Amino acid sequence: MDFRDSDTLVGPSGADRLPATAAKAVKVVIVGGFGVGKTTLVGSVSEIRPLTTEETMTQAGVGVDDLAGVERKTETTVAMDFGRISISDELVLYVFGTPGQERFWFLWNGLFEGALGAVVLVDTRRLEVSFEVIGRLEDRGVPFVVAINGFPDSPDHPVEELRSALDLPPEVPIVACDARRRESCRDVLMALMRYLYNLAAPRA
Amino acid sequence: MSGRPGLDGPADEDEPERLYVITRGRSGPGGETPFDLVTLIVSRAEPKATMQPEHAAILRMCASPLSVAEISAYLRLPTSVVTVLLADLLADGLIEARAAVPPADFPDRALLEAVIHGLQRL
Repeated sequence: MDFRDSDTLVGPSGADRLPATAAKAVKVVIVGGFGVGKTTLVGSVSEIRPLTTEETMTQAGVGVDDLAGVERKTETTVAMDFGRISISDELVLYVFGTPGQERFWFLWNGLFEGALGAVVLVDTRRLEVSFEVIGRLEDRGVPFVVAINGFPDSPDHPVEELRSALDLPPEVPIVACDARRRESCRDVLMALMRYLYNLAAPRA
Repeated sequence: MSGRPGLDGPADEDEPERLYVITRGRSGPGGETPFDLVTLIVSRAEPKATMQPEHAAILRMCASPLSVAEISAYLRLPTSVVTVLLADLLADGLIEARAAVPPADFPDRALLEAVIHGLQRL
């Protein structure tokens, strides 16, 4: 660890510090298959160079002898990129890109708990990777929008065809996205917030 | 994904042991934790030479508010280890935790409006 090996101070550099008034933070999660552009999207909207947090995923070992009473477990370290957007002097939005290995998304304690919502980033060349995650978000009651990341060789699907292919209810927004462009990624987040706003609307 | 080696594969051989030492054998909270990934942590005290280095490093970097996820990133420690360390500091009154988690049901519209306005300025 750097901070033990030297006198170098770890932590944010001056420009990456939040104001002392920052009082509340919210998060959204970007999900999608490997290589769909999650990390690119996080980097495009973040005001800081994206950071990487990690978590140790533990699975109890089966049929492994205990050593001195310490339970042996299989541990895997999983990494996740995230970025930050200062909304105001008090409010901060964090954007997390899920790790590549899908089986870890819902094992990560506290990733989806408390999240405002999720963005499902879709590559139309590989729609199949989106099915399971959409199902799991629905099961968990995590509201989400679908963003289609355009690649040069992506087939051009009409939105309603994609809605049908992904078996999405009519109210779930589907938006186009260029993960490399800040404004485009900003618009995806805006689409999610407007959707959440409508969900939060008092019932007439 | 990150360019750091080893993060996607199995942890280093000595990794569990190193983390075990840092937390003095306490495992990460199994879900019952006051800390969210985006709970903002602010120091309430100066680091002291007698402190465990990780505790001191947290107090130093949280002179301005910093999320649990950012602390984990800067310390290069799993979030479950960081939350154990933060629980120590919180119990000793050395940090303030600005709770992040909105209510389990839908967030209030004022909060969403604020986010929308903030994003519009991006």
